[in-house]
Amino acid sequence: MSSLRSPLGRVLGHGAAKEGVHHWWWQRLTSIALVPLTIWFGVSILSLPALDRVTVSAWMGQSWTAVLLILLVLTAAWHSQLGARVVVEDYVHGGAKTLILVILTFLHTLIAAAGVFAILKVAFGATV
Amino acid sequence: MRERPLSPHLSVYKFKYTLTTSILNRFTGLILSLGLLVLVYWLMAVATGPGAYAQASEVLSHGVFKLIYLGLLAAFCYHLVAGVRHLIWDTGSGMERLQARRSAWIVVGVSLLLFIGLGYWLVLALERAA
Repeated sequence: MSSLRSPLGRVLGHGAAKEGVHHWWWQRLTSIALVPLTIWFGVSILSLPALDRVTVSAWMGQSWTAVLLILLVLTAAWHSQLGARVVVEDYVHGGAKTLILVILTFLHTLIAAAGVFAILKVAFGATV
Repeated sequence: MRERPLSPHLSVYKFKYTLTTSILNRFTGLILSLGLLVLVYWLMAVATGPGAYAQASEVLSHGVFKLIYLGLLAAFCYHLVAGVRHLIWDTGSGMERLQARRSAWIVVGVSLLLFIGLGYWLVLALERAA
Protein backbone atom coordinates (compact mmCIF):
# COMPACT_ATOMS: atom_id res chain seq x y z
CA MET A 1 0.00 0.00 0.00
CA SER A 2 1.48 3.31 -1.02
CA SER A 3 -0.60 5.43 1.29
CA LEU A 4 -1.89 4.88 4.78
CA ARG A 5 -4.98 6.94 4.04
CA SER A 6 -8.15 5.05 3.28
CA PRO A 7 -9.88 5.64 -0.09
CA LEU A 8 -12.72 7.30 1.80
CA GLY A 9 -10.32 9.59 3.63
CA ARG A 10 -8.77 10.70 0.37
CA VAL A 11 -12.04 11.88 -1.18
CA LEU A 12 -13.58 13.42 1.92
CA GLY A 13 -13.37 17.16 2.35
CA HIS A 14 -12.82 18.02 -1.29
CA GLY A 15 -16.40 19.16 -1.74
CA ALA A 16 -18.39 18.99 -4.93
CA ALA A 17 -16.81 19.89 -8.25
CA LYS A 18 -19.32 22.78 -8.29
CA GLU A 19 -21.07 21.38 -11.35
CA GLY A 20 -22.96 18.59 -9.70
CA VAL A 21 -26.35 19.83 -10.79
CA HIS A 22 -25.31 21.07 -14.22
CA HIS A 23 -26.08 17.89 -16.16
CA TRP A 24 -29.36 17.33 -14.32
CA TRP A 25 -30.50 20.90 -14.83
CA TRP A 26 -29.86 21.01 -18.59
CA GLN A 27 -31.46 17.64 -19.09
CA ARG A 28 -34.62 19.04 -17.49
CA LEU A 29 -34.49 22.41 -19.24
CA THR A 30 -34.06 20.83 -22.68
CA SER A 31 -36.83 18.33 -21.98
CA ILE A 32 -39.27 21.12 -21.12
CA ALA A 33 -38.32 22.99 -24.30
CA LEU A 34 -38.67 19.88 -26.42
CA VAL A 35 -42.31 19.34 -25.45
CA PRO A 36 -43.67 22.29 -27.50
CA LEU A 37 -40.88 22.12 -30.12
CA THR A 38 -41.42 18.47 -31.05
CA ILE A 39 -45.21 18.81 -31.04
CA TRP A 40 -44.95 21.89 -33.26
CA PHE A 41 -42.61 20.03 -35.62
CA GLY A 42 -44.80 16.93 -35.86
CA VAL A 43 -47.99 18.90 -36.47
CA SER A 44 -46.27 21.12 -39.06
CA ILE A 45 -44.75 18.23 -41.00
CA LEU A 46 -47.96 16.22 -41.01
CA SER A 47 -49.92 19.30 -42.11
CA LEU A 48 -47.77 20.01 -45.16
CA PRO A 49 -49.79 19.43 -48.34
CA ALA A 50 -46.92 17.44 -49.90
CA LEU A 51 -43.35 16.49 -49.07
CA ASP A 52 -41.68 17.45 -52.34
CA ARG A 53 -38.62 19.66 -52.18
CA VAL A 54 -40.35 22.86 -53.32
CA THR A 55 -43.02 22.61 -50.61
CA VAL A 56 -40.53 21.64 -47.91
CA SER A 57 -37.97 24.34 -48.70
CA ALA A 58 -40.70 27.00 -48.91
CA TRP A 59 -41.80 25.92 -45.45
CA MET A 60 -38.22 25.79 -44.10
CA GLY A 61 -37.53 29.24 -45.52
CA GLN A 62 -40.23 31.00 -43.49
CA SER A 63 -38.51 33.03 -40.77
CA TRP A 64 -40.27 31.58 -37.73
CA THR A 65 -40.13 28.06 -39.11
CA ALA A 66 -36.38 28.39 -39.57
CA VAL A 67 -35.89 29.77 -36.05
CA LEU A 68 -38.00 27.05 -34.44
CA LEU A 69 -36.30 24.34 -36.54
CA ILE A 70 -32.88 25.56 -35.41
CA LEU A 71 -34.02 25.53 -31.79
CA LEU A 72 -35.44 22.03 -32.27
CA VAL A 73 -32.23 20.62 -33.75
CA LEU A 74 -29.99 22.26 -31.14
CA THR A 75 -32.19 21.35 -28.18
CA ALA A 76 -32.73 17.78 -29.38
CA ALA A 77 -29.00 17.28 -30.04
CA TRP A 78 -28.14 18.59 -26.60
CA HIS A 79 -30.81 16.54 -24.87
CA SER A 80 -29.71 13.46 -26.80
CA GLN A 81 -26.07 14.03 -25.88
CA LEU A 82 -26.91 14.35 -22.18
CA GLY A 83 -29.12 11.27 -22.21
CA ALA A 84 -26.82 9.05 -24.26
CA ARG A 85 -23.93 10.05 -22.01
CA VAL A 86 -25.70 8.76 -18.90
CA VAL A 87 -26.54 5.48 -20.61
CA VAL A 88 -22.91 4.98 -21.64
CA GLU A 89 -21.67 5.92 -18.18
CA ASP A 90 -24.02 3.36 -16.66
CA TYR A 91 -23.37 0.40 -18.93
CA VAL A 92 -19.89 0.83 -20.40
CA HIS A 93 -16.81 0.72 -18.20
CA GLY A 94 -13.10 1.14 -18.59
CA GLY A 95 -11.32 2.60 -21.59
CA ALA A 96 -14.21 1.91 -23.97
CA LYS A 97 -16.35 4.31 -21.98
CA THR A 98 -14.08 7.31 -22.63
CA LEU A 99 -13.75 6.43 -26.31
CA ILE A 100 -17.51 6.10 -26.81
CA LEU A 101 -18.15 9.35 -24.93
CA VAL A 102 -15.71 11.20 -27.18
CA ILE A 103 -17.31 9.74 -30.31
CA LEU A 104 -20.81 10.54 -29.03
CA THR A 105 -19.89 14.15 -28.31
CA PHE A 106 -18.32 14.61 -31.75
CA LEU A 107 -21.33 12.99 -33.45
CA HIS A 108 -23.80 15.20 -31.63
CA THR A 109 -21.80 18.30 -32.46
CA LEU A 110 -21.71 17.25 -36.11
CA ILE A 111 -25.47 16.63 -36.15
CA ALA A 112 -26.18 20.02 -34.57
CA ALA A 113 -23.85 21.85 -36.96
CA ALA A 114 -25.22 20.09 -40.06
CA GLY A 115 -28.82 20.71 -39.01
CA VAL A 116 -28.31 24.42 -38.35
CA PHE A 117 -26.31 24.84 -41.55
CA ALA A 118 -28.98 23.16 -43.68
CA ILE A 119 -31.78 25.26 -42.20
CA LEU A 120 -29.87 28.53 -42.60
CA LYS A 121 -28.84 27.71 -46.15
CA VAL A 122 -32.44 27.15 -47.19
CA ALA A 123 -33.74 30.10 -45.14
CA PHE A 124 -31.23 32.54 -46.64
CA GLY A 125 -32.20 31.38 -50.10
CA ALA A 126 -28.82 29.95 -51.06
CA THR A 127 -30.43 26.91 -52.67
CA VAL A 128 -32.22 26.72 -55.97
CA MET B 1 -8.63 -5.20 -5.50
CA ARG B 2 -11.79 -7.26 -5.60
CA GLU B 3 -14.10 -6.47 -8.52
CA ARG B 4 -16.94 -4.45 -7.13
CA PRO B 5 -20.48 -4.69 -8.46
CA LEU B 6 -21.41 -1.70 -10.59
CA SER B 7 -24.88 -0.22 -10.93
CA PRO B 8 -27.50 -0.52 -12.38
CA HIS B 9 -27.58 -4.30 -11.66
CA LEU B 10 -30.06 -5.08 -14.42
CA SER B 11 -29.74 -8.81 -13.85
CA VAL B 12 -30.30 -8.57 -10.11
CA TYR B 13 -33.64 -6.83 -9.83
CA LYS B 14 -36.99 -8.38 -10.52
CA PHE B 15 -38.54 -6.98 -13.66
CA LYS B 16 -41.30 -4.84 -12.22
CA TYR B 17 -43.12 -1.77 -13.47
CA THR B 18 -40.62 0.58 -11.87
CA LEU B 19 -37.68 -0.91 -13.75
CA THR B 20 -39.66 -1.47 -16.95
CA THR B 21 -40.92 2.11 -17.26
CA SER B 22 -37.45 3.45 -16.51
CA ILE B 23 -35.58 1.26 -18.97
CA LEU B 24 -38.21 1.93 -21.65
CA ASN B 25 -37.65 5.65 -21.22
CA ARG B 26 -33.94 5.20 -21.87
CA PHE B 27 -34.50 2.83 -24.76
CA THR B 28 -37.01 5.13 -26.49
CA GLY B 29 -34.62 8.04 -25.90
CA LEU B 30 -31.86 6.23 -27.75
CA ILE B 31 -34.26 5.39 -30.59
CA LEU B 32 -35.16 9.08 -30.84
CA SER B 33 -31.44 9.95 -31.07
CA LEU B 34 -31.40 7.86 -34.23
CA GLY B 35 -34.51 9.73 -35.35
CA LEU B 36 -32.59 13.00 -35.02
CA LEU B 37 -30.01 11.51 -37.39
CA VAL B 38 -32.76 10.85 -39.97
CA LEU B 39 -34.14 14.38 -39.52
CA VAL B 40 -30.76 16.03 -40.13
CA TYR B 41 -30.09 13.77 -43.11
CA TRP B 42 -33.39 14.96 -44.59
CA LEU B 43 -32.67 18.65 -43.81
CA MET B 44 -29.24 18.37 -45.45
CA ALA B 45 -30.85 16.82 -48.52
CA VAL B 46 -33.23 19.80 -48.81
CA ALA B 47 -30.28 22.18 -48.52
CA THR B 48 -28.03 20.34 -50.96
CA GLY B 49 -30.31 20.42 -53.99
CA PRO B 50 -32.95 18.68 -56.11
CA GLY B 51 -30.70 15.74 -56.98
CA ALA B 52 -29.80 15.04 -53.35
CA TYR B 53 -33.42 15.45 -52.31
CA ALA B 54 -34.63 13.00 -54.95
CA GLN B 55 -32.06 10.50 -53.74
CA ALA B 56 -32.98 11.01 -50.08
CA SER B 57 -36.69 10.79 -50.91
CA GLU B 58 -36.14 7.43 -52.51
CA VAL B 59 -34.37 6.16 -49.38
CA LEU B 60 -36.79 7.75 -46.93
CA SER B 61 -39.95 6.60 -48.71
CA HIS B 62 -38.80 2.98 -48.80
CA GLY B 63 -41.21 0.52 -47.21
CA VAL B 64 -38.82 -0.17 -44.33
CA PHE B 65 -38.84 3.52 -43.43
CA LYS B 66 -42.62 3.51 -43.02
CA LEU B 67 -42.13 1.01 -40.22
CA ILE B 68 -39.24 3.10 -38.88
CA TYR B 69 -41.48 6.20 -38.77
CA LEU B 70 -44.13 4.29 -36.84
CA GLY B 71 -41.43 3.03 -34.46
CA LEU B 72 -40.07 6.55 -34.01
CA LEU B 73 -43.59 7.82 -33.36
CA ALA B 74 -44.18 5.11 -30.75
CA ALA B 75 -40.84 5.96 -29.10
CA PHE B 76 -41.71 9.65 -29.20
CA CYS B 77 -45.14 9.15 -27.60
CA TYR B 78 -43.71 7.06 -24.78
CA HIS B 79 -40.67 9.27 -24.16
CA LEU B 80 -42.84 12.40 -24.14
CA VAL B 81 -45.35 11.10 -21.59
CA ALA B 82 -42.75 9.32 -19.43
CA GLY B 83 -40.63 12.47 -19.55
CA VAL B 84 -43.51 14.57 -18.25
CA ARG B 85 -43.86 12.01 -15.42
CA HIS B 86 -40.23 12.58 -14.56
CA LEU B 87 -40.73 16.35 -14.59
CA ILE B 88 -43.65 15.96 -12.18
CA TRP B 89 -41.44 13.81 -9.95
CA ASP B 90 -38.85 16.59 -10.01
CA THR B 91 -41.32 18.83 -8.23
CA GLY B 92 -41.34 16.29 -5.40
CA SER B 93 -44.84 14.95 -5.88
CA GLY B 94 -46.17 11.60 -7.01
CA MET B 95 -43.40 9.60 -5.40
CA GLU B 96 -45.53 7.46 -3.09
CA ARG B 97 -45.64 3.85 -4.14
CA LEU B 98 -49.33 3.83 -4.97
CA GLN B 99 -49.07 7.09 -6.91
CA ALA B 100 -46.04 5.85 -8.83
CA ARG B 101 -47.81 2.62 -9.70
CA ARG B 102 -50.86 4.52 -10.90
CA SER B 103 -48.79 7.01 -12.93
CA ALA B 104 -46.93 4.10 -14.56
CA TRP B 105 -50.24 2.85 -15.94
CA ILE B 106 -51.28 6.38 -16.91
CA VAL B 107 -48.04 6.72 -18.89
CA VAL B 108 -48.69 3.46 -20.72
CA GLY B 109 -52.33 4.37 -21.43
CA VAL B 110 -51.79 7.97 -22.51
CA SER B 111 -48.80 7.14 -24.72
CA LEU B 112 -50.77 4.33 -26.38
CA LEU B 113 -53.70 6.65 -27.07
CA LEU B 114 -51.33 9.30 -28.40
CA PHE B 115 -49.65 6.72 -30.63
CA ILE B 116 -52.94 5.49 -32.06
CA GLY B 117 -54.14 9.03 -32.79
CA LEU B 118 -50.89 10.35 -34.25
CA GLY B 119 -50.16 7.02 -35.98
CA TYR B 120 -53.43 7.28 -37.89
CA TRP B 121 -52.46 10.81 -38.95
CA LEU B 122 -48.97 9.64 -39.92
CA VAL B 123 -50.29 6.79 -42.06
CA LEU B 124 -52.61 9.23 -43.86
CA ALA B 125 -49.70 11.62 -44.45
CA LEU B 126 -47.48 8.80 -45.75
CA GLU B 127 -50.18 7.72 -48.18
CA ARG B 128 -50.55 11.31 -49.34
CA ALA B 129 -46.79 11.62 -49.88
CA ALA B 130 -46.54 8.32 -51.75
